[in-house]
Amino acid sequence: MNISLGSVSIPTKDIINSLIGAPIENDSWKYIIRDYRLPKAFTAILVGSGLGISGLMMQTLFRNPLAGPFVLGITSGASLGVALVIMGASFFGCALAGLFISKWGIVIAASLGSFLVLLAVLIVSTRVRDTMAILIIGLMFGSITAAVVSVLSYFSSAEELQQYIFWGFGSLGNLSWQELLILFSIYSIGILMSIISIKSLNTLLLGENYAKSLGLNLKQSRLMIIIATSLLAGTITAFAGPIAFIGLAIPHMTRLIFNTQNHKILLPAVFMFGAIVMLICDIIAQLPTSDYTLPINAITSLVGAPVVIWLLVRQRKMIF
Amino acid sequence: MNAQNQHIVLKTEDLSIGYTSKKSKIVVASNINIELQKGELVGLIGANGIGKSTLLRTLTNVQPKLNGSMTINSKSLENYSNLDLAKTLSLVLTESLASKNLTVFELVALGRQPYTNWVGNLSEDDITKVDKALNHTNLSDLKQKKCFELSDGQLQKVMIARALAQDTDIIILDEPTTHLDMYHKAYVLKLLQKLAKETNITILFSSHEIDLAIQLCDKLIVMTDNNVLIDTPKNHIEQGNFKALFPEDLIIFDDNTGAFRVKK
Repeated sequence: MNISLGSVSIPTKDIINSLIGAPIENDSWKYIIRDYRLPKAFTAILVGSGLGISGLMMQTLFRNPLAGPFVLGITSGASLGVALVIMGASFFGCALAGLFISKWGIVIAASLGSFLVLLAVLIVSTRVRDTMAILIIGLMFGSITAAVVSVLSYFSSAEELQQYIFWGFGSLGNLSWQELLILFSIYSIGILMSIISIKSLNTLLLGENYAKSLGLNLKQSRLMIIIATSLLAGTITAFAGPIAFIGLAIPHMTRLIFNTQNHKILLPAVFMFGAIVMLICDIIAQLPTSDYTLPINAITSLVGAPVVIWLLVRQRKMIF
Repeated sequence: MNAQNQHIVLKTEDLSIGYTSKKSKIVVASNINIELQKGELVGLIGANGIGKSTLLRTLTNVQPKLNGSMTINSKSLENYSNLDLAKTLSLVLTESLASKNLTVFELVALGRQPYTNWVGNLSEDDITKVDKALNHTNLSDLKQKKCFELSDGQLQKVMIARALAQDTDIIILDEPTTHLDMYHKAYVLKLLQKLAKETNITILFSSHEIDLAIQLCDKLIVMTDNNVLIDTPKNHIEQGNFKALFPEDLIIFDDNTGAFRVKK
């Protein structure tokens, strides 16, 4: 259904034909389907499920319902990288600017930014034993990067600012098959690591001291969870921009619906649910039959936030 | 307990406990010589800040000892891997659960984690052991209840059942009776006594319920500023060890009733 809706309306029969490679009457339709709408749908699935799962792991690890991929500063790190490339380009001289401001430049910068922030958080987390402290430190890194971004935007030109803001809107549709393959391979590693972490995530529901008394290697499993989260959230942010809300809200919605805390059920449920919600948001963002496409970032919040509020009001309490 | 059943589960020799910082060592207590036999219920009593928690933390390998030796089943505590220790020693802590959105069964089943496979699937044997732990603690009816629906007393029972399901030789409980009313204090300690007898597990708990502990425990560890003594409650009373527990200006120990009373 996601594939069938877009700014250009294409008959269903031709969509199916173009998917299975049968000849259709309009070649540009085939192009739209195969190289635009199909990768976009895949991206939506990866983004929704990936962010949802990283949010789920963060909430369990930090024993905090407010945790999400944003709290570790991963997203802020990516933003900083992108801001440096787009707005800082003028500082580095015009010769390099052209090289930097390509799509790959942004992706690399975002990955590098989130990776560096992750590295800093990891180094700190080996020193600090308290998980709550790591959470606060992640938030502080977020504040620092936000401040640097503000300073940069103050000095940058209107065009650079606009380019940065466009990245900040988030986008699912800018990925080629090649980029999608890279996103998918890193995403797979992250998902694999989260599946390995299911048991330790369940043990962590008791609290860290109990988990330790159950023979869990706390440091190792914490590292595993943090790396998995960063891989998922970091690369997704790099390719699709900072997508708000999904990482925080999907795990809550899933918990409320399935009424369980068992990660063996939650992980696949969040995966499905994240993917579905993201696809729906994407459909809405397309404003079917119209020529406009809204920023996906706005849609995820506009659609998602009321749903969470409604769920919470109906259940009268946050289950965690 | 008859002679052939005698088996030392936990033993400390000249153990000293405390904290080390870069500059100095702070010794909380030293010369601790404790032997716990199989199937014994042992209470640990002492004033606030005397080092009960430090002792328990050291015995459970949460915090390193300063000196001396600790052995569990004749094997030095340092030689246990995390997982081996988890199969030998289980805990009930004072900290609250990270998540209360678990059913009683799920929570107790988490006690089986050291035995389950990489994804944590319960085998038939695991389920039998969990059910047994639930039966021992009279929780079978609450099995499908969520933990946030339980009272403090029920939750404490669930935590004890979880420790039981871990199938260990020793269970150590840190102040299991705090936040409970008088009835449930007695109930929990009585339950521990029953478990020690029926399952032959050694149970060590710290508590401020001295009069209850005197009545129910096989042995008591009395911690004072000067020493750490382990003996039967009867011998403690005869030797007047309880008198040294607190300053004598406010409450005194009455040998006849086996309880403290306020000075009038």
